[in-house]
Amino acid sequence: MEKIESNISKVGGYTGQRMAKDKLFKHVMTFGGLSVIIAISLIFFYLASVVVPIFTPAHMDELQQISLPKNGGGATVHLTSEEQAEIGVRMTDHGSVSFFDLRDGRLMAEENVALPEGSEIRSFAAGDPSQQAVAYGLSDGRMLILEQEFKVTFQQDPDDSEKDIRTITPSIAYPAGSEPLVVDESGKGLALLAVQHNQENTTAVALTEDNRLVLAAFESTSNMITGEVSTERFGIDLPMIEGEISQVLLEVKQRDLYVVHGGRYVTHYDVMDKQSPRLVQTVAVVPEGERVTAATILSGGFSLIIGTDKGNVAQWFQVRDDDNNNHLTHIRSFKPMAGQVTTIAPEHFRKGFLAGDDKGNVSIYYATSQRLVLKRSTGSEPVRVVGFSPRANAILVESTGDAIQTARVDNDYPEISFSALWQKVWYESYQEPEYNWQSSAATSDFEPKFSVAPLTFGTLKAAFYAMLVAIPLAVLGAIFAAYFMSPRMRTVVKPSIEIMEALPTVILGFLAGLWLAPYVDNNLAGILVAIFLLPFSFVITSYLWSLLPHHLKSRVGTGWEAALLLPVIVVVIGLAIQIGHPIEAALFGGNMPHWLSNELGWTYEQRNSLVVGIAMGFAVIPTIFSIAEDAVFSVPKHLTSGSLALGATPWQTLFNVVLLTASPGIFSAIMVGMGRAVGETMIVLMATGNTAVMDLSIFTGFRTLSANIGVEMPEAAVGTTHYRLLFFSALVLFLFTFLVNTLAELVRQRLREKYSSL
Amino acid sequence: MRNWYKSGEPWVWTTAGAVALSLIMVYAVVWLTAARGLTHFWPKPVAEVTYQDRSGTRVRLIGEVREKEEVSVVRLREQGYDIESEDVFSSRYLLKLGNKDLTGVDFRWYPAPMLGEFVYPEDVLAIERREWGNFYGHLKQVKENGEVVAEGAAAWAEAEKRLARSNALFRQALRIEKVDIGKINYALEKIRLNERKLELTDKLTDAAKAEFAREREAREADYLVLQGRLDKIRSDIERDSVTVETSDGQMVDIPFAKIADMYMPNAMSVWQKMGFYVHKFWEFVTDDPREANTEGGIFPAIFGTVMMVLLMSVMVTPLGIMAAVYMREYAKQGPMIRAIRISVNNLAGVPSIVYGVFGLGFFVYVLGGSIDELFFAEALPAPTFGSPGILWASLTLAILTLPVVIVATEEGLSRVPRTIREGSLALGATKAETLWRTVLPMASPAMMTGLILAVARAAGEVAPLMLVGVVKLAPSLPLDGNFPFLHLERKFMHLGFHIYDVGFQSPNVEAARPLVYATALLLVIIIVVLNLFAIRLRNRLRERLRGLEGV
Repeated sequence: MEKIESNISKVGGYTGQRMAKDKLFKHVMTFGGLSVIIAISLIFFYLASVVVPIFTPAHMDELQQISLPKNGGGATVHLTSEEQAEIGVRMTDHGSVSFFDLRDGRLMAEENVALPEGSEIRSFAAGDPSQQAVAYGLSDGRMLILEQEFKVTFQQDPDDSEKDIRTITPSIAYPAGSEPLVVDESGKGLALLAVQHNQENTTAVALTEDNRLVLAAFESTSNMITGEVSTERFGIDLPMIEGEISQVLLEVKQRDLYVVHGGRYVTHYDVMDKQSPRLVQTVAVVPEGERVTAATILSGGFSLIIGTDKGNVAQWFQVRDDDNNNHLTHIRSFKPMAGQVTTIAPEHFRKGFLAGDDKGNVSIYYATSQRLVLKRSTGSEPVRVVGFSPRANAILVESTGDAIQTARVDNDYPEISFSALWQKVWYESYQEPEYNWQSSAATSDFEPKFSVAPLTFGTLKAAFYAMLVAIPLAVLGAIFAAYFMSPRMRTVVKPSIEIMEALPTVILGFLAGLWLAPYVDNNLAGILVAIFLLPFSFVITSYLWSLLPHHLKSRVGTGWEAALLLPVIVVVIGLAIQIGHPIEAALFGGNMPHWLSNELGWTYEQRNSLVVGIAMGFAVIPTIFSIAEDAVFSVPKHLTSGSLALGATPWQTLFNVVLLTASPGIFSAIMVGMGRAVGETMIVLMATGNTAVMDLSIFTGFRTLSANIGVEMPEAAVGTTHYRLLFFSALVLFLFTFLVNTLAELVRQRLREKYSSL
Repeated sequence: MRNWYKSGEPWVWTTAGAVALSLIMVYAVVWLTAARGLTHFWPKPVAEVTYQDRSGTRVRLIGEVREKEEVSVVRLREQGYDIESEDVFSSRYLLKLGNKDLTGVDFRWYPAPMLGEFVYPEDVLAIERREWGNFYGHLKQVKENGEVVAEGAAAWAEAEKRLARSNALFRQALRIEKVDIGKINYALEKIRLNERKLELTDKLTDAAKAEFAREREAREADYLVLQGRLDKIRSDIERDSVTVETSDGQMVDIPFAKIADMYMPNAMSVWQKMGFYVHKFWEFVTDDPREANTEGGIFPAIFGTVMMVLLMSVMVTPLGIMAAVYMREYAKQGPMIRAIRISVNNLAGVPSIVYGVFGLGFFVYVLGGSIDELFFAEALPAPTFGSPGILWASLTLAILTLPVVIVATEEGLSRVPRTIREGSLALGATKAETLWRTVLPMASPAMMTGLILAVARAAGEVAPLMLVGVVKLAPSLPLDGNFPFLHLERKFMHLGFHIYDVGFQSPNVEAARPLVYATALLLVIIIVVLNLFAIRLRNRLRERLRGLEGV
């Protein structure tokens, strides 16, 4: 009895072990399977998570008050901060420079500029923010250039020997020497001043108190041997203009001078040659009855931002016309401010600016994207001075006179707006608004151009020409292969098409770019003739074949037409290439591409859409072919037999019965092919010139989203607008192909159900 | 005619034409690659010809005729050639002239009317140099330490002998440089990292410091020994040189140290040429590239491709099979799993570059960045896994090819007849046993098919790899003799990318073109063979299981 029981328990234990194994297996498979599925869906969520920030609005913290000492050392003229936006800098019209902690408002240091005996400050000018230099204009016709300096020192923390304390000691420095530079030789006070200073050159333009406009340029050369720096000065009076001058602006390269006068005029001087400055033009920048109340130059020195008493804000820059003359032109207007614009400050490195009005509002704008990024009210007092931190991650505002307000700003992607991405944008130093994608350049004052319109256009153009080649070949071919072809030939054709599908696109692209493109270039007429002749050759061969005696035809049997056409095609293409050159000689002066561009004015690029169309068509044909063939082939046989039994010819049966039933399948095949064409990268990369142009011509190239990613992704800095926009392109491609494929799959599934119910 | 039209025959033939044209396209591509790739290794005769340049003076040219094409005379005149001819078309020849260091141009088109007769003198010598590309000229003398040792007819035999010697020395030097000195450098870097690691955790005591310094010294002493040997070989190799007369009569001395190979193509018999062909082909698949990848072999690219594909297979096979088994055997078949199935299928249609973007952003920057911070902090700020490398490349491709494996495996599972499962279950097997012992073995050819297709796809994919780890020239292979032997963080070379890079990014595309064709041919062969194998396997499986259907 016991023995038997123990046996049972053994069996039972064995079974239990097996059951446990069974369960384990199930859990492992379920866990593995589910995690694979989750991992795959991660692709979408990760791409989306990178893209989302560029579409989330900019954010600004609450404004914080930093109170100023009662006497304050005069009225504020300039606000900025040090690189990390930890220390704010305030300069006043009395020459007092104070540094304060932006986090707690503590005053860290205060310094007065060293004024020479007997002189007073009459004016203030800030150079380009990226250069940091500012200047005070004095009552004796001289100016004093200064800049803020931050010395960073590390000290050991007395409490914790592991840690170092970083201390920043702010101070002011005089980069051009502590002796003021002479702007006006006659020694009159400088009522208004504009200045730009760098290592080699300093230029100042001032309106003197006796109403003259004077220019002074200083060129520093250091002696190669002694290292001594010597400075040379040129001074000249500029031609005077009518109306009261309210502002003088000099751009960072010290070439162009803008003078705001008469309330609504801006006069542009060309001061590139300091010895002979030239008045270029005077332009009314606002309509009659409106007044310019604030103006500034954006970083880079190209654009002028004009604010008016009615709250209008507009961007102007010089546009070169066809005769090479520059005209100051209105480029775009921004969303107006509520009150009179009182002050405008540019961002230090990007094309953004901060404006304040007399109702206490401040707004951050971005020029390229024509965006009002953020708006905030600081109270009801008029805003007097505004300023950015160097990285534009904090703003400083002064309105009441007894306090400065500051706030952290989170504004990393101001370049993005609907108009910047999809519409024509008038970029700095361009002749007209354009679609343009140019993400980086050698110079730092470069305005990034993020128009995805030409890339999207290029993608669609590539797909269009590819489909133009692929649809007829693949769909017609699939019909023949599924319906007419003899089974023995199918055993050759099907694997060939699979090989076609497997050929790496890098090979197709390489052949297209290095073999086909030059070949087409040299035999353009021949290729076009071949494309034209081929369909006719099929029909003619068909007719000739029908004339052959019956016993010859029956030897070959039906379903071998494609094999018979192989030599015909080879001969036709060979013939077309042969007559191509004589045709070019007779009609196109021997060089058709040359003729196209000279006589018709069509741009001809060697790596053009025709080449890509053929190569990418090649890549797409097998995709469409396989699905379409499957759809046609699986049309139930009793339908066709019925039709044939009723006396319809095979073609009639095909056209009226088979195709009608299979058309959703063919449609879905085309969709899948389209999806593949849209995302193809290597062929486009290698067989086009990759220039982002927008024209439909078959003889020009394009740049697609995918090729753009391939080229620019490795160089894009993580987290920048550029990086995220490339992710955005990838996400668009992902979603587009995914949706198209899903739709196609659903269509096919419905078709399959229909077939099985028939 | 009317009957013919009514029968629909013209349409039938048009559809037939579409198939025929597609077939011609496929075979034209394969043929074109094969024809151009295969002829790359055949020694081409070197021609001598006179040429009347634009100023009218006649000069002598020596070079290989690379191509000939018909071109309109108008185009030639546009280029400044003064051609007196009634013909509208003429031909032009592309000559590979070599001697790039002397003349600056090694490839040039010459219009046929300006050329004299082509002759093929037997004593023309083609030299493959380690720098500056080929050199062509008449062999005159062989020198040792500047003294002439052989001249005229005897020179060639002597030169061959000395070439063998210099090449042997060169290989020795290369071995020392790459393997031995490479090892020392690797060890030194390891020492530096270990030291930094201790420093970061504040365990760098003076004793440890001294230990590191001692180790470093030992390595440096080894290095000096090797350097001495290297210097000796280098001075040995400098001994011999050949004197060659160029096309313009200049006598040029070329030291053997700079010569990779030389031959007299016009004097070769067919058998010699065949031998040369095999030799060159072998060199192509086993050698490192030279001259910015435009010459030499493609071994690192082959190695990198194989390595990447293997790593990918190791990752994709279990994952793909698990997902397929779950979806087909365990998951509840409902709308949810149908939706997942459709999504997985559709992922196969998502552009490969999207996977590349994902791989770069997620694997390299997010995963790799975190791994670096956790485990390789001593190397920061230089990234270890936080920059593109072979691990991330194969992982990206594994995700890319996952749908292929899942779909194929699912198809295989669905084809296993119900009767077999029911039989197994009826005999008392558990579900796991049924799957493991009967269903999966029967579906295994399907999994193989999926894997092969995945491998074929991965081998030919380039776009995502450009983002996640492929480089034009990798300094070292991902597998070498230094512990831990497999370096997953390293960048690697890849056949497909090699084609793109050499064909489109290299400074001398013309010179590199034949090599690119040969590389392309190799890639096509690999992929076509893999695919044909997969197709056969799949068809056999289908037949076998169809046979079981009635049981």
